[in-house]
Amino acid sequence: MKSNIKLAFIAASALTLLAVPANAHRAWLLPSATVLSGNDLWVTVDAAISNDLFYFEHHPMRLDGLAVTAPDGSAAKTENMATGRYRSTFDLKLDQPGTYKIAVLNQGAFARYKLDGQDKRWRGPADEIATKIPTNATDVRITQSQGRIETFVTTGKPTEAVFKTTGQGLELVPVTHPNNLLAGEEAKFKLVLDGQPAAGLEVEVVPGGIRYRDQLNSIKVKTDESGTFAVKWPTPGMYWLSASVQDDKATIKEAKRRASYTATVEVLPP
Amino acid sequence: MRLIISAAVTGLMSAPALAGSAAISVDIPRLNVAEYHRPYVAFWIESKDGSKIENLAVWYDLKLKDNEGNKWLKDMRQWWRRTGRELTMPMDGLSTPTRPPGTHKLTFKSAAKPLSQLSAGEYVLVVEAAREVGGRELLRLPFQWPPAATATVEAKGENELGAITLTLTP
Repeated sequence: MKSNIKLAFIAASALTLLAVPANAHRAWLLPSATVLSGNDLWVTVDAAISNDLFYFEHHPMRLDGLAVTAPDGSAAKTENMATGRYRSTFDLKLDQPGTYKIAVLNQGAFARYKLDGQDKRWRGPADEIATKIPTNATDVRITQSQGRIETFVTTGKPTEAVFKTTGQGLELVPVTHPNNLLAGEEAKFKLVLDGQPAAGLEVEVVPGGIRYRDQLNSIKVKTDESGTFAVKWPTPGMYWLSASVQDDKATIKEAKRRASYTATVEVLPP
Repeated sequence: MRLIISAAVTGLMSAPALAGSAAISVDIPRLNVAEYHRPYVAFWIESKDGSKIENLAVWYDLKLKDNEGNKWLKDMRQWWRRTGRELTMPMDGLSTPTRPPGTHKLTFKSAAKPLSQLSAGEYVLVVEAAREVGGRELLRLPFQWPPAATATVEAKGENELGAITLTLTP
């Protein structure tokens, strides 16, 4: 009897663990360069979901929500898009001087419910959820997700136009330009949730190259009342920044909302 | 060469009072490597706190078709960040072709731009070299401006730059 209870406990915790992996893995965009000079310039970008940064070893990222903003605010065209076993990739021609924003927006919903005593799960676009969950389902729990994954590249002088926020979900407003980062220096960024300062949020900053070290060496910082956080970069390299928040501001009725923000930034040696 | 000539001409037109100058001698080392490209080198002066910058010279592949040589300007990382990305290259009086290994001399008249732009104070001459498929090196030579007497500042690189001497004449 006693061992049965124990087993049940183990089974229950295994279930919770199973639900988590989507969050435990890291989604990222990795540009071939972030600071460029000259003309006729291209960058190629890898997009993947993996455990270790920045190695494509798990899943390619879906690029349905890819949007590239050119320095003048217009939408830039990507080329040679492809999805392989472990990564997606695309090229971007940098026709304008200034800063480009490369973003993947994921708008989705995740539901758990019971049907005839059985646990069911559903994942898909937020606007389909009303029709996809049977009306006789019970114990319905819905999480609406607003995920934003970004990176930035600059040719010539860094510009600011692409940092205009949409007011939806979690977004980054640079205080320090993300293509102007130096090892040993401190950089500041602001996080906004639906356009308002996201205060008290934990931001995780992980240096790339995880495969070749024993410790994650992640830096955890909190945003202040104005949503601002500061990072002092210990070494040059690519860094992965991530934060997420859960609240009741979903557009789907009676759902929770999970808004997340992830960015890849490059830190140059002094 | 154009750099020195234009500096001299401007010098004649403005204040002829000071005959002072700043002379830079720089060694580009001969390297025994399979693939050698002449280094890109940037010379600039910055105030001690970094707030003021005056460019002196930028050596790079300015003769390539379609300004293709501009692609590696950003490899002089510090120069690029401080001032390079604000400029349109090539720039008259600043851009010059890359130089072969050996000792090279540059002279700037105190009375002419850019030295005439400097107010009295502490400055640093920064020399940054970056070589395609090679390394990068940056040297800093602090000096006082204007010089009270003839002064010499020296620095020595280890990889991409050899000895650098800055000679200031009042």
